[in-house]
Amino acid sequence: MTSAGQLRHATVVQGKNRMPGLLKLGSFLALLFLPALAMAAGGAEVQAMSVEYRDVPGIGSRNLVWVVAQQHLLLAGFVLGVPIFAWICELVGWKTKEPRYDKLAKEFTKLLTSAYATTALFGGILLFLLIGLYPKLMAYLTDMFFPSFLVYCLLFLLETATLYMYWYGWDYMQGNKKTFHLFLGFLLNLFALGIMIVPNSWATFQASPVVVGEGDAWARAWMAMQNPTWWPVNIHRLIANVVLGGFIVGAYAGVRYLLAVSREEREHYDWMGYVGNFIGVFGMLPLPFAGYWLMREVYQYNQQMGITLMGGFLAWLFILQAMLIGVLFLGANYYFWMGITHRIPGSEGQYKKPVMGMLIVLLLCLGVWMTPHSLVASLAEAQKMGGTHHPLLGVFGVMSAKMTVSNIMILVTFMSFIMYWRAGKQETAGWAKAAKAIMGGLLVIAGIAVVVLGVWGYFVPAIIRINYFSVAQVLIVLFIMITFTPLTALLMKSAKTTTEMVWGKMPIRAGYSLVLNAVMVILLMSLMGYARSSSRVHWHIYGVMRDTSDYAYSPALGYAAAFMSLNTFVFCLIVAFIFWVATLGDKAKAQPPKGSTVEIPGNAAPAMAGGAPSLGEKFE
Amino acid sequence: MKGPIFSGAIILAGMFIFLKFLLPLVTAPLPASLIYLYLALVLSGIMIYGTMSAPSLEAMMGPIFRFLSGKGQTGAGQIARLAVLVMFPLLVGWQTYSRLVPSDLPPAENRTIHPAPPGEFVGLSNPYPKTPENIMMGKGLYAAYCSPCHGANYDGKGPAAPGFNPPPANFSDPGTIAQLQEAYLFWRIKKGGVGLPVEGMPWKSAMPRWEEELPEEFIWKIIMGEYDGAHQSPRTWEEEEE
Repeated sequence: MTSAGQLRHATVVQGKNRMPGLLKLGSFLALLFLPALAMAAGGAEVQAMSVEYRDVPGIGSRNLVWVVAQQHLLLAGFVLGVPIFAWICELVGWKTKEPRYDKLAKEFTKLLTSAYATTALFGGILLFLLIGLYPKLMAYLTDMFFPSFLVYCLLFLLETATLYMYWYGWDYMQGNKKTFHLFLGFLLNLFALGIMIVPNSWATFQASPVVVGEGDAWARAWMAMQNPTWWPVNIHRLIANVVLGGFIVGAYAGVRYLLAVSREEREHYDWMGYVGNFIGVFGMLPLPFAGYWLMREVYQYNQQMGITLMGGFLAWLFILQAMLIGVLFLGANYYFWMGITHRIPGSEGQYKKPVMGMLIVLLLCLGVWMTPHSLVASLAEAQKMGGTHHPLLGVFGVMSAKMTVSNIMILVTFMSFIMYWRAGKQETAGWAKAAKAIMGGLLVIAGIAVVVLGVWGYFVPAIIRINYFSVAQVLIVLFIMITFTPLTALLMKSAKTTTEMVWGKMPIRAGYSLVLNAVMVILLMSLMGYARSSSRVHWHIYGVMRDTSDYAYSPALGYAAAFMSLNTFVFCLIVAFIFWVATLGDKAKAQPPKGSTVEIPGNAAPAMAGGAPSLGEKFE
Repeated sequence: MKGPIFSGAIILAGMFIFLKFLLPLVTAPLPASLIYLYLALVLSGIMIYGTMSAPSLEAMMGPIFRFLSGKGQTGAGQIARLAVLVMFPLLVGWQTYSRLVPSDLPPAENRTIHPAPPGEFVGLSNPYPKTPENIMMGKGLYAAYCSPCHGANYDGKGPAAPGFNPPPANFSDPGTIAQLQEAYLFWRIKKGGVGLPVEGMPWKSAMPRWEEELPEEFIWKIIMGEYDGAHQSPRTWEEEEE
């Protein structure tokens, strides 16, 4: 831990993580001890106010809460993201009548039951820790939000009941009962959304509290919930949960693919990896827009907090963020491109040039995104540059440049997907040539417009750039996505398949890239969770309740980064454990009866061992 | 010689030469941190492209694996492999040593140029109307108090500027005052370099504490003159009405 004198003050209490903890205690207390609680309120207040903080020897109270809260947050993202994934897959399976989508959805819903319990377990631990270690803060928040705790408990009960019906009724509700099962899935996600947004209000209140006027407890809680960063965080987290769910499914598929021994398994997990990656990318495309909106609201709410995040002490985290997002974009595109070259035989030569073009554009954009405004330089280098701000490349360090390249990267990734979609097919529609020409033209115009707006952004007042130029850039990219998707779908409807897509032929590095994407998302969530929490600096509730504990300082970035890595590692272990537990039954079923022999197909061997000849990874 | 390894090496070397030697011909040299960052991106691009398909992977990594495994190597090939296997750990060791050996050079800085302002300066707005008279007065005050360092053209190139490291801020650069609210400038002018918070360390600013010499009215008007003279606008959350 670094010296308090060198660092800015902050708490690292992860606000959102408090929710599931509160959910536990809330439901328990609300349902069983509500009358007693009301009667004992006065005494409890006196007791809570007498002790402001407690500490945990060795690790320290803040670090302990940090780890538990982050685990809980990541698990919560997982159990809220996977139902969205599962429901979309089930819906697609129902519409397309393809049973494999239904099987995939069921496979992941099965994971939910154990993941749900683990999430609740961490929530309970977090709640006890928060009550014990931060009694004054918790007393304040309870006083402010108690009615919302009750709503939360109710939502949690509904969510649990719906999840049980959704999972245990899966096989029963097939055929004509399928629509009801889909409705249950919809309800599950609706309650999950509520479970996310209610506690989000507690965390966002800590960062952007509002003046709460007169009124009864319900009115005051409602006023406090409607703070400036509530909905930006809700939207950002909702999308991020889809991304997390998608990429974790991808990682699961990647690992299972690497371990697959039969052709069927390889085909299945290759396809599952594709679906996971697709949903992850699908969510990732609008995520930067949501993040931008959130930061805009933070900046507008409080200049000090905005500068701390985007220009001050925490600004370096955004360079790390750019690197992680860059790896994620590259990883997702790499997977798409490998899909084209390996799943569609003979297509390698055809797509070599477009892939190289897209790769170069992505790398150029990434170079701009990663370039900091103030550079890390030695004394001699800074003297030669005339400061830590490079006269030429320094222009890449501001938001106009970052927004431009992130939009271009989203466009490129979208086009990777379109290219994948069209690969191995030949359009037969009479208007196909015209449609492709129009799409090509629109793409070029969109790219130029995004760049022009980005450059122009340097020469107009910030408010014009923020309110019009950045919004216009986003709308242009969205326009391309919204018009190209149905147009391509129409083209593909009548297209002739020239080369059948072959599943199970992806090389082993595809599996690793899926795992890498998931790790990047988890790291990103840990990183930005820390940024959001630390932006409150030395306040538990910004400008209202000061942190007066021994830990009222921001840890050095290196120290924080070590905790982020630890959190990522621990979460990966937990998820691996959940997957392992959930698939124990499958393994038992797959075991042949004692004494029998199993014939292994000629080309079946674990891909991880590098022994699958069809995977073609030989260098001898 | 040809093949993806050779092409990759040429691209990497070319990029290094461009960043290290050619770019400084037209602008200031790049710090090593940035050069390594860009080279890492180029390397990752080469690796991604080279490992896309089985044939390209074989073309790129096959010779490396064969070389390192030493199978069937004789003569020069064997010696080269041995040299690489000896030199590589030595290189890593040298790199580690040079990083850890005590040095009298100061460490690389990641200075926070725009630290967050203290709470009492947040939300302030310029109390003086933006009239031609006020702007003119601000420009006059700027010429008297600020231009010796920040320059008559607001570009950070005043006659006293060469004496400072880091140099005075260039207000015509869209990355400086255009990114900030007027309240921020008010704080920085009023409190100067000594008023920078812990976050702004290593406090490399020779900015005087102008509150000791100028009344607040002058400071607000200087801000007005600065923005107008540098052809920039302060960050606001409301659009200006003409």
